[in-house]
Amino acid sequence: INHIVHNGGLYKRPFNEAFEETPMLVAVLTYVGYGVLTLFGYLRDFMRQWKIEKCQNATEREEQKDFVPLYQDFENFYNRNLYMRIRDSWNRPICSVPGAKVDMMERVSHDYNWTFTYTGRVIKDIINMGSYNYLGFAQKAGTCQEAAAEVLSQYGAGVCSTRQEMGNLDKHEELEKLVARFLGVESAMAYGMGFATNSMNIPALVGKGCLILSDELNHASLVLGARLSGATIRIFKHNNMQSLEKLLKDAIVHGQPRTRRPWKKILILVEGIYSMEGSIVRLPEVIALKKKYKSYLYLDEAHSIGALGPSGRGVVEYFGLSPEDVDVMMGTFTKSFGAAGGYIGGKKELIDYLRTYSHSAVYATSLSPPVVEQIITSMKCIMGEDGTTVGKARVQQLAENTRYFRRRLKEMGFIIYGNEDSPVVPLMLYMPAKIGAFGREMLKRNIGVVVVGFPATPIIESRARFCLSAAHTKEMLDTALKEISEVGDLLQLKYSRHRLVPLLDRPFDETTYEETED
Amino acid sequence: LQEKEELIEEWQPEPLVPPVPKDHPALNYNIVSGPPTHIITVNGRECINFASFNFLGLLDNEKVKSAAQASLKKYGVGTCGPRGFYGTFDVHLELEERLAKFMRTEEAIIYSYGFATIASAIPAYSKRGDIVFVDEAACFAIQKGLQASRSNIKLFKHNDMADLERLLKEQETEDQKNPRKARVTRRFIVVEGLYMNTGDVCPLPELIKLKYKYKVRIFLEESLSFGVLGEHGRGITEHFGINIDDIDLISANMENSLASIGGFCCGRSFIIDHQRLSGQGYCFSASLPPLLAAAAIEALNIMEDNPDIFQTLRAKCERIHKALQGISGLKVVGESFSPALHLQLEESCGSRENDVKLLKRVVDYCMNSGIALTQARYLEKEEKCLPPPSIRVVITVEQTEQELDKAASLLKEAAQSVLN
Repeated sequence: INHIVHNGGLYKRPFNEAFEETPMLVAVLTYVGYGVLTLFGYLRDFMRQWKIEKCQNATEREEQKDFVPLYQDFENFYNRNLYMRIRDSWNRPICSVPGAKVDMMERVSHDYNWTFTYTGRVIKDIINMGSYNYLGFAQKAGTCQEAAAEVLSQYGAGVCSTRQEMGNLDKHEELEKLVARFLGVESAMAYGMGFATNSMNIPALVGKGCLILSDELNHASLVLGARLSGATIRIFKHNNMQSLEKLLKDAIVHGQPRTRRPWKKILILVEGIYSMEGSIVRLPEVIALKKKYKSYLYLDEAHSIGALGPSGRGVVEYFGLSPEDVDVMMGTFTKSFGAAGGYIGGKKELIDYLRTYSHSAVYATSLSPPVVEQIITSMKCIMGEDGTTVGKARVQQLAENTRYFRRRLKEMGFIIYGNEDSPVVPLMLYMPAKIGAFGREMLKRNIGVVVVGFPATPIIESRARFCLSAAHTKEMLDTALKEISEVGDLLQLKYSRHRLVPLLDRPFDETTYEETED
Repeated sequence: LQEKEELIEEWQPEPLVPPVPKDHPALNYNIVSGPPTHIITVNGRECINFASFNFLGLLDNEKVKSAAQASLKKYGVGTCGPRGFYGTFDVHLELEERLAKFMRTEEAIIYSYGFATIASAIPAYSKRGDIVFVDEAACFAIQKGLQASRSNIKLFKHNDMADLERLLKEQETEDQKNPRKARVTRRFIVVEGLYMNTGDVCPLPELIKLKYKYKVRIFLEESLSFGVLGEHGRGITEHFGINIDDIDLISANMENSLASIGGFCCGRSFIIDHQRLSGQGYCFSASLPPLLAAAAIEALNIMEDNPDIFQTLRAKCERIHKALQGISGLKVVGESFSPALHLQLEESCGSRENDVKLLKRVVDYCMNSGIALTQARYLEKEEKCLPPPSIRVVITVEQTEQELDKAASLLKEAAQSVLN
């Protein structure tokens, strides 16, 4: 289904998102594939139980054999029989900076992936299409690294205390003022881990008697934060505004489930870019709904900050909206800023409240100083405050790379999910055997890709996910595209039935990025 | 339909957050300019640091810093991905191996955030329907882990083995009523080696006996005792001379003795390997920046090469513990060898708010005279068993004897002037 939307003037730019339907034959073959694997799984388990085959996994201690078993046999079925066979596609150890090209430690397995040994050799210069390095700030030299080295020698690596006790350094205050300026909000607060930012702050904002409306495909951290808060959670279909509106109407009209009392507050949880689908949230419509039904919006910009928008300010800038419309702007520093940690930005009352009542401020160690310096330097670079145009150039390069890469893949005939402007590109594989095969074939051709299957995705929709970076040059992308096409032909991955007519291969447009009219 | 429109018009939500009064004690942070090391500049004044958990003084160590610098030059700052997707660096693998070797267990797993370590480890094993016996004084991270696991929680009185045994016996009688359910219900005991909230140790030998008698697994949280207790700093198992395989899972954070960031769990491969696919803070979060992992490895090296620092730390703890006895109005809470003590009011003035204000005056008196202290901070509405307000006193190897004596006498003076 293709949507090209100009919904009633809410959108200032075309919104091109596509999720091509799974071809019927492919779906059937995928189920058959899983069926065969399950049968073999049962067979192997049977052989292992009757000692015909050697059992390779670790077992319980002799002294504790009569304790209640720690793991249910069935829980591990998937792990033992499906995951273990293609385990070499994940947890690949690298030994260089995770930039556009990366060095990987070679490892082999002599017992079908139960154990790995390192040969000691290093595979050099693998084109890295898996790391979240959107603006290319993962560098081992340059202004950011020098500034971080300076701060490291002055402050040391750790902090050894929490924000509310003795861990609030002047660096943290500087960072928070900068983040607030970057986002265009009144105030901001930074935390040591992106995952923990969600799981520790959502419980501080909502509690029992509140309602959380969460998108179907929200990240595990949002789901955990919502669960820990104790509020009622209702799920709306992915990016589907009718579903969201229906839930909002029902909630206000009917109130809480048994008592019929009105809800204390309603919080909508959405993400800027969904990392498994590559889709962008329909922010103008969400904000319109939020205003109409007087609810609050929590926007998780983990992947979209720095990656969208003409100057990298995220999905709010991408749609030309005002940051004041979003009540809680959350994001992480791991992806576009090449550091670690998360932040929340918003009105001063919100941030003051979080400073007092956030779990992280009271019980968790604050950010490490060299990491803080990396964020400060990279953020200043993106904003152009370091006196160069490097930041702006990178944002534009990322946008060009995204458009080019997606267009070429679609022309080749792959099924690509997601929005045209999202630097996260999922390429559908569907069949379980192709997951392992794709990962391995691409590695043989010196390209590192990320493949994902169940349970991160629905069972028949396994995919390979490419993360583009401003550090990728056109040559690297062309090499990668050539190899992907080759592997696609080898594994018969070109499922798409909407063939795009290939445009004449022309150089990059200067006007690739449309300026939004204000 | 008209009614629905009206209902939607009329409904007014609460404000997103209630306003916080400007003078709320937790709102105005101390600002530390410069590194939070032995001599710390707080709010513009230079003080001796008695508030950061820098037990072994490794925050400022030149070797640790240069190891981190080398790593920074090689890898940059961030890892740009979770462990599963090109976020596993050779430094992480090395740190895991070193930790496993140091603690003499089969395997170790690293997390990028200390709080997330135990909060992700517990829900990976204990699910809905399982039973967890946990000490009342368990820290907040354990409480969040238990909440995320949705298991049945049974609290036993702090360090009271008789109470725990009573609960275990009750559970046994329950089991006999329903043996089928009992066969699939997992049981765990979660305790801390050195409790953050009370400064004392758990009676581990008795716990081991209860473990085998009632067939319960033990999860041990060693954030404060790692690098402090035991002859070589291996924690409470070395302190009591217990075989480490008897403990199912040991979890600790690297933010105290190792002066880095993050945390680790160690134990047998059978147990630890499970977290690589089901530890939420491990699978869904970016990995630890390599420079922090390198700093932790170097800190481990220093711990292994200088095993006498643990004795030195213990001697200093004993010294100040003795010196702080007999302050009128304040009592010392914590073991004599614990490097993190609490000073609580002997008599409360009636409300927690007033107690907090009074302790703040004591802390301010000390800060103005050059000793940096802090009150122990809690989320009052969220804690299961809220400890009484207290001043946290932290002892590190870098503090000299004169400084320890100065701190003790200053606290005496402060208590005299404020509380009398």
